[in-house]
Order: sequence, then C-alpha cells, then structure tokens
Amino acid sequence: MSQNSRAVVYVRLKDGVLDPQGVTIHKALTQMGYDEFASVRTGRFFELEIKSDSGDIDRKIEEVCAKLLANPVIERYTVERTK
Amino acid sequence: MKFGVVTFPGSNCDYDAYAALKFILKEEVEFLWHKSEDLLGCDAIVLPGGFSYGDYLRAGAIAKFSPIMNKVLKFAASGGIVMGICNGFQVLTECGLLPGALMRNEHLRFSCKFVRLRVETSSSIFTRACSRGEILKIPIAHNEGNYYHFDDDIKRLEDNGQVVFRYVDAAGEATRQANPNGSLNNIAGITNEQGNILGMMPHPERSVEPILGSADGLRVFESVRASFSSTVTAGRT
Repeated sequence: MSQNSRAVVYVRLKDGVLDPQGVTIHKALTQMGYDEFASVRTGRFFELEIKSDSGDIDRKIEEVCAKLLANPVIERYTVERTK
Repeated sequence: MKFGVVTFPGSNCDYDAYAALKFILKEEVEFLWHKSEDLLGCDAIVLPGGFSYGDYLRAGAIAKFSPIMNKVLKFAASGGIVMGICNGFQVLTECGLLPGALMRNEHLRFSCKFVRLRVETSSSIFTRACSRGEILKIPIAHNEGNYYHFDDDIKRLEDNGQVVFRYVDAAGEATRQANPNGSLNNIAGITNEQGNILGMMPHPERSVEPILGSADGLRVFESVRASFSSTVTAGRT
C-alpha cells in the first residue's frame, strides 16, 4: 500500500506585525548569552495527510489555508508538498 | 425588544449576558445554540465571551463556521444589531464582520481587571445613552485583546469614527500605561463602517449593578435598546 502524500503548511505573522512571543524568546536567548541572533519570529505548521486527490488538491489546500489555517489579515502561509 | 445570546461550545459569559439583559435591563432574551439556524426573531444578537471551541487554532477561528453564524452573517448584512464581547469580538474579526485582528496581549499574560473606557462617540447605536468623552468602568478578562490592523486601515477606522471605546487613565488620557494589552491607539471597541456591528474586549455584562463593582456596562445595553426603539418608532411613521 502506498503511503498517503502530505502537505505541510507554515503559517507566520506578516512582516511588520509585532510578535510578542518572538520578542520574549529573543530576549531570553540574549540573556542566555546567545548574542548571535538579531530577532526571533514565531509561527506554526500543520501537516495535512491527503486521503484522496481528485486532481485539484492544490486548490483545496490553498482554500483551507485562506479560510481556516491562517488569518489573512495578519498572517501569511506557505505550502510544501511531499509526494 | 428581544435579544439573542449565542452559545458556542466553550462560551462562558452567555449566562452573564442573559442575566444582565433579562434581569437588569429587563428585556426579552433567548439563548441561541451554535448548531441552530434560527435566530428566533431576535432584534439584536450578542456573541458572548468565553473560549469558543477551546480557542483552538486561534481565538474565534472555528466558531465562525458554526451553523448559527450563517444566520448571524445574513442578519448583520441586512443591518441587524450584532455585538461581540471579548471572544465574541474575536469571532467577529475572524469572520470578517469587523476589520483587523485581535492578537495575543503584548505582555503575554491574561489580563483580568477593571479598566476605564472613554466613549469616543455618542452617535453609535451602542453608545447613544452615553456622552462623548464620558468614562466607563468596565472589566476586561482576556489573553488575546491586542487590537491590530495596518496603519492605513487604522486611520480609516479613526477617520470614520468607528473607534467607539478607548482604554484611558483616570485623567481620561489614552496613555501607554492605561493600555492593558498593547492595542493600537488604545482601541477597546470598534464598529463596522455601517455602525450596526460592535466588537469590544471589555465585558459590559459583568458590570451592570453596583454590587459588581460598577453598573457602567448597562449603559451599552441601554444604548442598544434606545437605538432599537428609535428605529422601530421611525419605521412606523
């Protein structure tokens, strides 16, 4: 049986949108002595396991990103497909 | 006048809103279950505070797909009065009825305390029983109340008079210190452009009697009632 293919969706805050968690993590790193990093931005990812593909799966993935996984007002997303 | 209070799984201020409207404002109220598709003829809809769908994914993100929300969207589009309180505000931004987004509090902590709100306009449906510049004492209780939008959009909100409430200090100034969550321009509540939809992070339903520490929240509900009665009267003439 072949393994289902997957899509990984990365959701990040748009550039310019303040990320208080990233700022706090960056402060912690600096306090820990890691001066190498200028900033930290947080985000999240979703792994979608694809059960059936009627040929328009890329469009469907775009749809769920825009409708649910990301909030297009403040976030952007990228999709990686693994066969 | 009949209010409808929506209950999503995880709503926890639905009974507070119900009690405030029924026993203090003394108006008719119905609970509207999230799976229902019937607004039961309500004249104004309240999306209450809480943690709809456990705040999974993002606060308010999943509630927008509840069956009841289809009806709320149609009701709002036809000019119906909708008010989202706290989580309800988050739901309204997520479903696009209100502009912008509510992000995590800047200091990353849950904020639960009384705040002072300056009424920025008295011509809104939701503030007509108040005067402009008046200060209301109403509590907040949230983790994602940090209102965000892009500069041009914020400017449009301000220019259109859509900012209804702002966090201020005792002197009535919108200072950084008076801002409990990092909200841009100390924004605590906004309406849509048409003015029939309100989102506010503070909880007016938790401050409707002096024994609760303040009765100022009642002014918001009284405003809604006054606005509604005047439209009904206008409709009859």
